[in-house]
Amino acid sequence: MSRAPLKIQIQKVTKTFARDARSAPAVVDFDLDVAERELLCILGPSGCGKSTLLNIVAGFIQPTSGTVLVDGRPVTGPGAERGVVFQEYVLFPWLTVAGNVEFGPLLQGVAAEERRRTAARYLELVGLAPHAHKFPVQLSGGMKQRVAIARALANNPAIILMDEPFGALDAQTREVLQDELSRIQRVEHKTILFITHSIREAVYLADRVVVMTSAPGRIKRVFDIELPEVRDRFTREFTEYESEITRMVKEEVAKVHE
Amino acid sequence: MTRALAVLAALLVWAAFTYVNARAEFVNPVLLPTPLQVAQVGWATARSGELVWHVATSLGRVAEGFGMAAVAAVALGLLAGLCVPIRHMLEPVIEFIRPIPPLAFLPMFLVWFGLGEASKIAFIGYTTFFPMFIAVAASVLRVDVMLLRAAASLGASRADLIRRVVLPAAMPGIIVALRVGFGLALFVIVGAEFMGADAGLGHFIMEGRTFFNPAQIVMGALLLGALGSLMNALLVAAERRVLRGGAR
Repeated sequence: MSRAPLKIQIQKVTKTFARDARSAPAVVDFDLDVAERELLCILGPSGCGKSTLLNIVAGFIQPTSGTVLVDGRPVTGPGAERGVVFQEYVLFPWLTVAGNVEFGPLLQGVAAEERRRTAARYLELVGLAPHAHKFPVQLSGGMKQRVAIARALANNPAIILMDEPFGALDAQTREVLQDELSRIQRVEHKTILFITHSIREAVYLADRVVVMTSAPGRIKRVFDIELPEVRDRFTREFTEYESEITRMVKEEVAKVHE
Repeated sequence: MTRALAVLAALLVWAAFTYVNARAEFVNPVLLPTPLQVAQVGWATARSGELVWHVATSLGRVAEGFGMAAVAAVALGLLAGLCVPIRHMLEPVIEFIRPIPPLAFLPMFLVWFGLGEASKIAFIGYTTFFPMFIAVAASVLRVDVMLLRAAASLGASRADLIRRVVLPAAMPGIIVALRVGFGLALFVIVGAEFMGADAGLGHFIMEGRTFFNPAQIVMGALLLGALGSLMNALLVAAERRVLRGGAR
Protein backbone atom coordinates (compact mmCIF):
# COMPACT_ATOMS: atom_id res chain seq x y z
CA MET A 1 0.00 0.00 0.00
CA SER A 2 2.97 2.30 0.44
CA ARG A 3 3.15 2.83 -3.34
CA ALA A 4 0.02 4.99 -3.49
CA PRO A 5 0.37 8.62 -2.33
CA LEU A 6 -0.68 9.35 1.25
CA LYS A 7 -4.13 10.86 1.47
CA ILE A 8 -4.59 11.18 5.23
CA GLN A 9 -1.73 11.54 7.70
CA ILE A 10 -2.60 11.36 11.38
CA GLN A 11 0.44 12.63 13.28
CA LYS A 12 0.97 12.26 17.03
CA VAL A 13 -2.69 12.98 17.76
CA THR A 14 -3.67 13.11 21.43
CA LYS A 15 -7.14 13.98 22.65
CA THR A 16 -8.08 14.64 26.27
CA PHE A 17 -11.61 15.76 27.01
CA ALA A 18 -11.54 18.63 29.46
CA ARG A 19 -14.34 17.14 31.54
CA ASP A 20 -12.41 13.98 32.41
CA ALA A 21 -9.14 15.69 33.24
CA ARG A 22 -8.54 13.10 35.94
CA SER A 23 -9.17 10.06 33.77
CA ALA A 24 -6.96 8.86 30.93
CA PRO A 25 -7.07 10.68 27.57
CA ALA A 26 -9.20 9.13 24.82
CA VAL A 27 -6.36 8.91 22.28
CA VAL A 28 -2.60 9.18 22.89
CA ASP A 29 0.15 9.86 20.32
CA PHE A 30 -1.74 8.25 17.49
CA ASP A 31 0.10 7.94 14.17
CA LEU A 32 -1.51 6.53 11.05
CA ASP A 33 -1.24 7.07 7.29
CA VAL A 34 -4.05 6.22 4.91
CA ALA A 35 -3.12 5.81 1.26
CA GLU A 36 -5.17 7.16 -1.60
CA ARG A 37 -8.02 4.82 -2.66
CA GLU A 38 -7.44 2.64 0.36
CA LEU A 39 -10.26 1.30 2.51
CA LEU A 40 -8.88 1.21 6.02
CA CYS A 41 -10.83 -0.22 8.94
CA ILE A 42 -10.13 0.80 12.50
CA LEU A 43 -11.18 -1.96 14.85
CA GLY A 44 -11.18 -1.77 18.61
CA PRO A 45 -13.10 -2.40 21.82
CA SER A 46 -15.76 0.16 22.68
CA GLY A 47 -14.38 3.20 24.42
CA CYS A 48 -10.97 2.89 22.75
CA GLY A 49 -11.31 6.31 21.14
CA LYS A 50 -11.85 5.19 17.56
CA SER A 51 -14.86 7.48 17.05
CA THR A 52 -12.94 10.35 18.64
CA LEU A 53 -10.25 9.77 16.04
CA LEU A 54 -12.77 9.87 13.21
CA ASN A 55 -14.31 13.08 14.59
CA ILE A 56 -10.86 14.65 14.61
CA VAL A 57 -10.20 13.65 10.99
CA ALA A 58 -13.65 14.97 10.05
CA GLY A 59 -12.76 18.27 11.74
CA PHE A 60 -15.70 18.14 14.17
CA ILE A 61 -13.37 18.29 17.18
CA GLN A 62 -9.83 19.58 17.58
CA PRO A 63 -7.04 17.34 18.88
CA THR A 64 -5.42 18.39 22.15
CA SER A 65 -2.08 18.00 20.37
CA GLY A 66 -0.85 16.64 17.06
CA THR A 67 -2.16 17.25 13.55
CA VAL A 68 -4.14 15.60 10.80
CA LEU A 69 -3.01 16.30 7.24
CA VAL A 70 -5.18 15.71 4.19
CA ASP A 71 -3.23 15.97 0.93
CA GLY A 72 -0.45 17.47 3.03
CA ARG A 73 -2.59 20.33 4.41
CA PRO A 74 -3.68 20.45 8.05
CA VAL A 75 -7.35 19.90 8.87
CA THR A 76 -8.91 22.88 10.66
CA GLY A 77 -12.59 22.05 10.39
CA PRO A 78 -15.16 20.01 8.45
CA GLY A 79 -14.93 20.19 4.66
CA ALA A 80 -16.67 18.94 1.53
CA GLU A 81 -13.64 16.83 0.49
CA ARG A 82 -14.21 14.63 3.58
CA GLY A 83 -17.71 13.12 3.43
CA VAL A 84 -19.06 11.52 6.61
CA VAL A 85 -21.49 8.63 7.08
CA PHE A 86 -22.80 8.41 10.64
CA GLN A 87 -24.09 5.42 12.57
CA GLU A 88 -27.43 7.21 13.17
CA TYR A 89 -27.75 8.21 9.48
CA VAL A 90 -28.42 11.91 10.36
CA LEU A 91 -30.60 12.61 7.33
CA PHE A 92 -32.32 15.99 7.07
CA PRO A 93 -35.89 15.07 8.06
CA TRP A 94 -37.49 18.04 6.27
CA LEU A 95 -36.04 17.02 2.89
CA THR A 96 -37.08 14.15 0.65
CA VAL A 97 -34.66 11.34 -0.13
CA ALA A 98 -33.70 13.15 -3.36
CA GLY A 99 -33.42 16.45 -1.47
CA ASN A 100 -30.99 14.87 0.97
CA VAL A 101 -28.82 13.48 -1.81
CA GLU A 102 -28.88 16.84 -3.64
CA PHE A 103 -27.85 18.76 -0.53
CA GLY A 104 -24.10 18.77 -1.23
CA PRO A 105 -24.38 19.74 -4.90
CA LEU A 106 -26.91 22.41 -3.89
CA LEU A 107 -24.35 23.97 -1.54
CA GLN A 108 -21.80 23.93 -4.34
CA GLY A 109 -24.18 25.90 -6.55
CA VAL A 110 -24.81 23.10 -9.06
CA ALA A 111 -27.76 23.88 -11.35
CA ALA A 112 -31.09 22.17 -10.52
CA GLU A 113 -31.15 19.98 -13.62
CA GLU A 114 -27.69 18.58 -12.99
CA ARG A 115 -28.41 18.13 -9.27
CA ARG A 116 -31.39 16.00 -10.15
CA ARG A 117 -29.31 13.89 -12.52
CA THR A 118 -26.57 13.40 -9.91
CA ALA A 119 -29.11 12.42 -7.24
CA ALA A 120 -30.83 10.02 -9.62
CA ARG A 121 -27.52 8.38 -10.49
CA TYR A 122 -26.50 7.78 -6.88
CA LEU A 123 -29.96 6.69 -5.78
CA GLU A 124 -29.79 4.20 -8.60
CA LEU A 125 -26.39 3.06 -7.34
CA VAL A 126 -27.76 2.33 -3.85
CA GLY A 127 -31.01 0.88 -5.23
CA LEU A 128 -33.35 3.58 -3.93
CA ALA A 129 -34.48 5.22 -7.17
CA PRO A 130 -38.16 4.34 -6.59
CA HIS A 131 -38.08 6.04 -3.16
CA ALA A 132 -36.69 9.42 -4.26
CA HIS A 133 -39.80 11.33 -3.22
CA LYS A 134 -40.24 9.78 0.22
CA PHE A 135 -39.23 11.46 3.45
CA PRO A 136 -36.71 9.87 5.83
CA VAL A 137 -39.39 8.97 8.43
CA GLN A 138 -40.93 6.67 5.83
CA LEU A 139 -37.77 4.59 5.42
CA SER A 140 -36.28 1.61 7.27
CA GLY A 141 -32.86 1.87 8.91
CA GLY A 142 -31.11 0.13 6.05
CA MET A 143 -32.75 2.42 3.50
CA LYS A 144 -31.82 5.49 5.54
CA GLN A 145 -28.18 4.43 5.60
CA ARG A 146 -28.29 3.88 1.83
CA VAL A 147 -29.54 7.46 1.47
CA ALA A 148 -26.73 8.69 3.71
CA ILE A 149 -24.17 6.85 1.58
CA ALA A 150 -25.70 8.26 -1.62
CA ARG A 151 -25.70 11.74 -0.05
CA ALA A 152 -21.99 11.45 0.76
CA LEU A 153 -21.11 10.08 -2.71
CA ALA A 154 -23.17 12.68 -4.62
CA ASN A 155 -20.96 15.39 -3.15
CA ASN A 156 -17.99 13.63 -4.77
CA PRO A 157 -15.57 13.79 -1.83
CA ALA A 158 -12.10 12.24 -2.17
CA ILE A 159 -12.43 10.80 1.32
CA ILE A 160 -15.35 9.14 3.09
CA LEU A 161 -15.27 8.74 6.86
CA MET A 162 -17.65 6.07 8.12
CA ASP A 163 -18.38 5.84 11.84
CA GLU A 164 -19.78 2.37 12.52
CA PRO A 165 -22.21 2.98 9.65
CA PHE A 166 -23.89 -0.43 9.83
CA GLY A 167 -23.77 -0.77 13.61
CA ALA A 168 -27.46 0.02 14.12
CA LEU A 169 -28.70 -2.43 11.49
CA ASP A 170 -29.82 -6.04 11.82
CA ALA A 171 -27.40 -8.76 10.74
CA GLN A 172 -28.96 -9.46 7.33
CA THR A 173 -29.27 -5.81 6.31
CA ARG A 174 -25.74 -5.31 7.52
CA GLU A 175 -24.28 -7.90 5.18
CA VAL A 176 -26.32 -6.61 2.25
CA LEU A 177 -24.96 -3.11 2.83
CA GLN A 178 -21.41 -4.46 3.18
CA ASP A 179 -21.83 -6.09 -0.23
CA GLU A 180 -23.10 -2.82 -1.64
CA LEU A 181 -20.30 -0.76 -0.17
CA SER A 182 -17.74 -3.24 -1.52
CA ARG A 183 -19.34 -3.03 -4.98
CA ILE A 184 -19.55 0.78 -4.85
CA GLN A 185 -15.93 1.07 -3.79
CA ARG A 186 -14.88 -0.98 -6.83
CA VAL A 187 -16.52 1.72 -8.97
CA GLU A 188 -15.84 4.90 -7.00
CA HIS A 189 -12.37 4.25 -5.54
CA LYS A 190 -12.64 6.62 -2.58
CA THR A 191 -10.23 6.80 0.30
CA ILE A 192 -12.31 5.35 3.11
CA LEU A 193 -11.67 5.41 6.83
CA PHE A 194 -14.12 2.95 8.31
CA ILE A 195 -14.72 2.55 12.05
CA THR A 196 -16.24 -0.70 13.23
CA HIS A 197 -16.25 -3.18 16.07
CA SER A 198 -17.19 -6.06 13.80
CA ILE A 199 -14.17 -8.17 12.85
CA ARG A 200 -16.03 -9.93 10.05
CA GLU A 201 -17.04 -6.59 8.58
CA ALA A 202 -13.46 -5.31 8.74
CA VAL A 203 -12.00 -8.40 7.05
CA TYR A 204 -14.73 -8.32 4.40
CA LEU A 205 -14.23 -4.67 3.46
CA ALA A 206 -10.73 -3.52 4.30
CA ASP A 207 -7.45 -3.30 2.46
CA ARG A 208 -5.88 -2.85 5.90
CA VAL A 209 -7.26 -3.42 9.38
CA VAL A 210 -5.88 -1.43 12.29
CA VAL A 211 -6.52 -3.06 15.67
CA MET A 212 -6.53 -0.57 18.53
CA THR A 213 -5.72 -1.17 22.18
CA SER A 214 -8.29 -0.42 24.87
CA ALA A 215 -8.28 3.10 26.29
CA PRO A 216 -6.20 5.10 25.75
CA GLY A 217 -6.31 4.07 22.12
CA ARG A 218 -3.04 3.15 20.44
CA ILE A 219 -2.33 0.93 17.47
CA LYS A 220 -1.88 -2.67 18.57
CA ARG A 221 -1.31 -4.15 15.15
CA VAL A 222 -1.95 -3.50 11.47
CA PHE A 223 -3.12 -6.33 9.20
CA ASP A 224 -2.80 -6.19 5.43
CA ILE A 225 -5.79 -8.12 4.15
CA GLU A 226 -4.49 -9.91 1.08
CA LEU A 227 -7.77 -11.24 -0.25
CA PRO A 228 -9.32 -10.74 -3.70
CA GLU A 229 -11.42 -7.60 -4.29
CA VAL A 230 -14.61 -9.62 -4.40
CA ARG A 231 -14.59 -11.56 -1.16
CA ASP A 232 -16.23 -14.68 0.11
CA ARG A 233 -16.89 -14.82 3.85
CA PHE A 234 -16.57 -18.63 3.89
CA THR A 235 -13.13 -19.25 2.39
CA ARG A 236 -10.37 -20.60 4.60
CA GLU A 237 -8.20 -17.50 4.11
CA PHE A 238 -11.06 -15.27 5.23
CA THR A 239 -11.72 -17.23 8.40
CA GLU A 240 -8.00 -17.34 9.18
CA TYR A 241 -7.84 -13.54 9.20
CA GLU A 242 -11.03 -13.50 11.20
CA SER A 243 -9.77 -15.83 13.93
CA GLU A 244 -6.36 -14.21 14.17
CA ILE A 245 -7.85 -10.74 14.61
CA THR A 246 -10.44 -12.12 17.00
CA ARG A 247 -7.73 -13.47 19.29
CA MET A 248 -6.02 -10.10 19.30
CA VAL A 249 -9.20 -8.15 20.04
CA LYS A 250 -10.13 -10.57 22.84
CA GLU A 251 -6.89 -9.76 24.62
CA GLU A 252 -7.83 -6.10 24.60
CA VAL A 253 -11.41 -6.66 25.71
CA ALA A 254 -10.09 -8.84 28.56
CA LYS A 255 -7.90 -5.94 29.72
CA VAL A 256 -10.94 -3.70 30.03
CA HIS A 257 -12.57 -6.19 32.36
CA GLU A 258 -9.54 -6.74 34.56
CA MET B 1 -68.39 13.39 13.48
CA THR B 2 -67.82 12.54 17.14
CA ARG B 3 -66.73 16.13 17.64
CA ALA B 4 -69.97 17.47 16.17
CA LEU B 5 -71.92 15.14 18.43
CA ALA B 6 -69.96 16.31 21.47
CA VAL B 7 -70.76 19.95 20.67
CA LEU B 8 -74.42 19.06 20.16
CA ALA B 9 -74.50 17.19 23.47
CA ALA B 10 -72.99 20.18 25.31
CA LEU B 11 -75.62 22.42 23.73
CA LEU B 12 -78.40 20.05 24.83
CA VAL B 13 -77.11 19.98 28.41
CA TRP B 14 -77.02 23.76 28.45
CA ALA B 15 -80.55 23.98 26.98
CA ALA B 16 -82.00 21.39 29.39
CA PHE B 17 -80.41 23.07 32.38
CA THR B 18 -81.55 26.60 31.53
CA TYR B 19 -85.09 25.63 30.48
CA VAL B 20 -85.65 23.63 33.65
CA ASN B 21 -84.35 26.59 35.61
CA ALA B 22 -86.67 28.96 33.72
CA ARG B 23 -89.64 26.90 35.03
CA ALA B 24 -88.41 25.97 38.48
CA GLU B 25 -86.48 29.21 39.14
CA PHE B 26 -83.67 27.72 41.25
CA VAL B 27 -81.90 30.98 40.49
CA ASN B 28 -83.28 34.08 38.78
CA PRO B 29 -83.69 32.94 35.12
CA VAL B 30 -82.26 36.26 33.89
CA LEU B 31 -78.87 35.13 35.23
CA LEU B 32 -78.91 31.90 33.19
CA PRO B 33 -79.76 32.78 29.60
CA THR B 34 -81.12 29.99 27.38
CA PRO B 35 -79.57 29.15 24.01
CA LEU B 36 -82.52 30.82 22.33
CA GLN B 37 -82.02 34.09 24.20
CA VAL B 38 -78.33 34.09 23.33
CA ALA B 39 -79.13 33.34 19.69
CA GLN B 40 -81.58 36.24 19.67
CA VAL B 41 -78.90 38.64 20.89
CA GLY B 42 -76.57 37.21 18.29
CA TRP B 43 -79.12 37.58 15.51
CA ALA B 44 -80.06 41.16 16.46
CA THR B 45 -76.47 42.35 16.73
CA ALA B 46 -75.45 40.48 13.60
CA ARG B 47 -78.26 42.13 11.61
CA SER B 48 -77.31 45.60 12.76
CA GLY B 49 -73.71 44.94 11.74
CA GLU B 50 -72.62 45.58 15.33
CA LEU B 51 -71.30 42.06 15.87
CA VAL B 52 -69.11 42.04 12.77
CA TRP B 53 -67.74 45.41 13.81
CA HIS B 54 -66.75 44.13 17.25
CA VAL B 55 -65.17 40.96 15.90
CA ALA B 56 -63.28 42.88 13.20
CA THR B 57 -62.02 45.43 15.73
CA SER B 58 -60.73 42.76 18.11
CA LEU B 59 -59.17 40.70 15.32
CA GLY B 60 -57.54 43.81 13.85
CA ARG B 61 -55.92 44.61 17.18
CA VAL B 62 -54.83 41.01 17.66
CA ALA B 63 -53.40 40.91 14.13
CA GLU B 64 -51.40 44.09 14.63
CA GLY B 65 -50.11 43.37 18.12
CA PHE B 66 -49.47 39.70 17.52
CA GLY B 67 -47.98 40.40 14.08
CA MET B 68 -45.42 42.86 15.39
CA ALA B 69 -44.56 40.66 18.37
CA ALA B 70 -44.22 37.59 16.14
CA VAL B 71 -41.77 39.32 13.79
CA ALA B 72 -39.71 40.63 16.72
CA ALA B 73 -39.83 37.35 18.65
CA VAL B 74 -38.75 35.21 15.68
CA ALA B 75 -35.93 37.59 14.72
CA LEU B 76 -34.60 38.09 18.24
CA GLY B 77 -35.25 34.46 19.20
CA LEU B 78 -33.14 33.26 16.26
CA LEU B 79 -30.44 35.75 17.18
CA ALA B 80 -30.44 34.70 20.83
CA GLY B 81 -30.45 31.03 19.86
CA LEU B 82 -27.49 31.45 17.50
CA CYS B 83 -25.38 33.97 19.36
CA VAL B 84 -24.16 33.12 22.85
CA PRO B 85 -23.24 36.68 24.03
CA ILE B 86 -26.66 38.03 23.05
CA ARG B 87 -28.32 35.15 24.84
CA HIS B 88 -26.34 35.81 28.00
CA MET B 89 -27.30 39.50 27.85
CA LEU B 90 -31.01 38.92 27.31
CA GLU B 91 -31.64 35.88 29.47
CA PRO B 92 -31.53 37.37 32.99
CA VAL B 93 -33.67 40.36 32.01
CA ILE B 94 -36.28 38.20 30.35
CA GLU B 95 -36.30 35.67 33.16
CA PHE B 96 -37.10 38.51 35.54
CA ILE B 97 -39.85 40.16 33.49
CA ARG B 98 -41.48 36.96 32.25
CA PRO B 99 -43.13 35.76 35.51
CA ILE B 100 -44.88 39.12 36.05
CA PRO B 101 -48.51 38.62 34.95
CA PRO B 102 -48.93 40.85 31.89
CA LEU B 103 -52.22 42.21 33.21
CA ALA B 104 -50.22 43.88 36.01
CA PHE B 105 -48.80 46.17 33.35
CA LEU B 106 -52.09 46.93 31.59
CA PRO B 107 -52.68 50.18 33.57
CA MET B 108 -49.15 51.21 32.63
CA PHE B 109 -49.94 50.75 28.96
CA LEU B 110 -53.06 52.89 29.37
CA VAL B 111 -50.97 55.61 31.02
CA TRP B 112 -48.33 55.45 28.29
CA PHE B 113 -50.44 54.99 25.18
CA GLY B 114 -53.81 56.44 26.20
CA LEU B 115 -57.24 54.88 25.77
CA GLY B 116 -57.02 54.51 21.98
CA GLU B 117 -55.83 51.71 19.74
CA ALA B 118 -52.15 52.04 20.55
CA SER B 119 -52.44 50.85 24.15
CA LYS B 120 -54.33 47.69 23.17
CA ILE B 121 -52.00 46.79 20.33
CA ALA B 122 -48.92 47.45 22.44
CA PHE B 123 -50.34 45.40 25.30
CA ILE B 124 -50.98 42.39 23.05
CA GLY B 125 -47.53 42.78 21.59
CA TYR B 126 -45.97 42.89 25.06
CA THR B 127 -47.91 39.88 26.34
CA THR B 128 -47.24 37.62 23.38
CA PHE B 129 -43.61 38.59 22.76
CA PHE B 130 -41.95 36.87 25.72
CA PRO B 131 -43.36 33.36 25.44
CA MET B 132 -42.80 33.38 21.68
CA PHE B 133 -39.26 34.71 22.01
CA ILE B 134 -38.32 32.08 24.58
CA ALA B 135 -39.85 29.25 22.55
CA VAL B 136 -38.11 30.34 19.33
CA ALA B 137 -34.72 30.65 21.04
CA ALA B 138 -35.22 27.24 22.68
CA SER B 139 -36.11 25.59 19.37
CA VAL B 140 -32.91 26.96 17.84
CA LEU B 141 -30.86 25.67 20.78
CA ARG B 142 -32.46 22.24 20.42
CA VAL B 143 -31.26 21.80 16.82
CA ASP B 144 -29.30 18.53 16.77
CA VAL B 145 -25.57 19.17 16.53
CA MET B 146 -25.29 16.04 14.35
CA LEU B 147 -27.41 17.73 11.65
CA LEU B 148 -24.96 20.65 11.69
CA ARG B 149 -22.03 18.25 11.45
CA ALA B 150 -23.62 16.39 8.55
CA ALA B 151 -24.19 19.66 6.67
CA ALA B 152 -20.72 21.01 7.46
CA SER B 153 -19.10 17.85 6.10
CA LEU B 154 -21.10 18.40 2.89
CA GLY B 155 -19.45 21.81 2.59
CA ALA B 156 -21.94 24.11 4.32
CA SER B 157 -20.71 27.60 5.29
CA ARG B 158 -22.01 29.29 8.44
CA ALA B 159 -24.65 31.11 6.39
CA ASP B 160 -25.66 27.80 4.76
CA LEU B 161 -25.96 26.18 8.17
CA ILE B 162 -28.33 28.88 9.41
CA ARG B 163 -30.44 29.02 6.28
CA ARG B 164 -30.52 25.36 5.32
CA VAL B 165 -30.25 23.54 8.64
CA VAL B 166 -31.06 25.70 11.69
CA LEU B 167 -34.13 27.36 10.16
CA PRO B 168 -35.82 24.22 8.83
CA ALA B 169 -34.86 22.19 11.89
CA ALA B 170 -36.26 24.85 14.23
CA MET B 171 -39.38 25.41 12.11
CA PRO B 172 -41.70 23.03 14.01
CA GLY B 173 -40.78 24.79 17.26
CA ILE B 174 -41.27 28.22 15.69
CA ILE B 175 -44.74 27.30 14.46
CA VAL B 176 -45.75 26.02 17.89
CA ALA B 177 -44.44 29.29 19.37
CA LEU B 178 -46.65 31.26 16.99
CA ARG B 179 -49.69 29.15 17.85
CA VAL B 180 -49.17 29.68 21.55
CA GLY B 181 -48.65 33.40 21.00
CA PHE B 182 -51.81 33.73 18.95
CA GLY B 183 -53.89 31.93 21.56
CA LEU B 184 -52.49 34.23 24.19
CA ALA B 185 -53.31 37.31 22.10
CA LEU B 186 -56.95 36.29 21.91
CA PHE B 187 -56.82 35.68 25.65
CA VAL B 188 -55.61 39.11 26.68
CA ILE B 189 -57.39 41.29 24.10
CA VAL B 190 -60.58 40.86 26.12
CA GLY B 191 -58.88 42.18 29.25
CA ALA B 192 -57.47 45.13 27.35
CA GLU B 193 -60.89 45.94 25.90
CA PHE B 194 -62.55 45.85 29.30
CA MET B 195 -60.72 49.06 30.07
CA GLY B 196 -61.56 52.07 27.96
CA ALA B 197 -62.59 50.64 24.62
CA ASP B 198 -65.53 51.65 22.44
CA ALA B 199 -65.52 48.51 20.29
CA GLY B 200 -64.25 44.94 20.28
CA LEU B 201 -65.48 41.73 21.85
CA GLY B 202 -64.20 42.72 25.30
CA HIS B 203 -66.21 45.92 25.06
CA PHE B 204 -69.24 43.93 23.81
CA ILE B 205 -69.04 41.69 26.87
CA MET B 206 -68.56 44.62 29.24
CA GLU B 207 -71.59 46.32 27.65
CA GLY B 208 -73.59 43.20 28.47
CA ARG B 209 -72.64 43.72 32.09
CA THR B 210 -73.34 47.45 32.11
CA PHE B 211 -76.83 47.02 30.64
CA PHE B 212 -77.43 43.84 32.62
CA ASN B 213 -77.81 41.58 29.62
CA PRO B 214 -76.23 38.18 30.52
CA ALA B 215 -77.24 36.75 27.13
CA GLN B 216 -74.90 39.28 25.50
CA ILE B 217 -72.05 38.25 27.81
CA VAL B 218 -72.53 34.59 26.89
CA MET B 219 -72.78 35.50 23.19
CA GLY B 220 -69.45 37.35 23.38
CA ALA B 221 -67.76 34.47 25.18
CA LEU B 222 -69.08 31.91 22.68
CA LEU B 223 -67.78 34.02 19.81
CA LEU B 224 -64.33 34.15 21.38
CA GLY B 225 -64.36 30.38 21.75
CA ALA B 226 -65.37 29.94 18.13
CA LEU B 227 -62.71 32.37 16.91
CA GLY B 228 -60.05 30.66 18.99
CA SER B 229 -60.83 27.18 17.71
CA LEU B 230 -61.11 28.44 14.14
CA MET B 231 -57.73 30.15 14.30
CA ASN B 232 -56.15 27.13 15.92
CA ALA B 233 -57.52 24.85 13.21
CA LEU B 234 -56.11 27.19 10.54
CA LEU B 235 -52.70 27.27 12.20
CA VAL B 236 -52.63 23.48 12.59
CA ALA B 237 -53.45 23.16 8.89
CA ALA B 238 -50.66 25.61 8.06
CA GLU B 239 -48.30 23.61 10.27
CA ARG B 240 -49.11 20.41 8.39
CA ARG B 241 -48.38 22.11 5.10
CA VAL B 242 -45.03 23.48 6.23
CA LEU B 243 -43.97 20.22 7.85
CA ARG B 244 -45.01 17.93 5.02
CA GLY B 245 -42.28 15.45 5.81
CA GLY B 246 -43.54 14.95 9.34
CA ALA B 247 -40.17 16.20 10.49
CA ARG B 248 -38.58 14.40 13.40
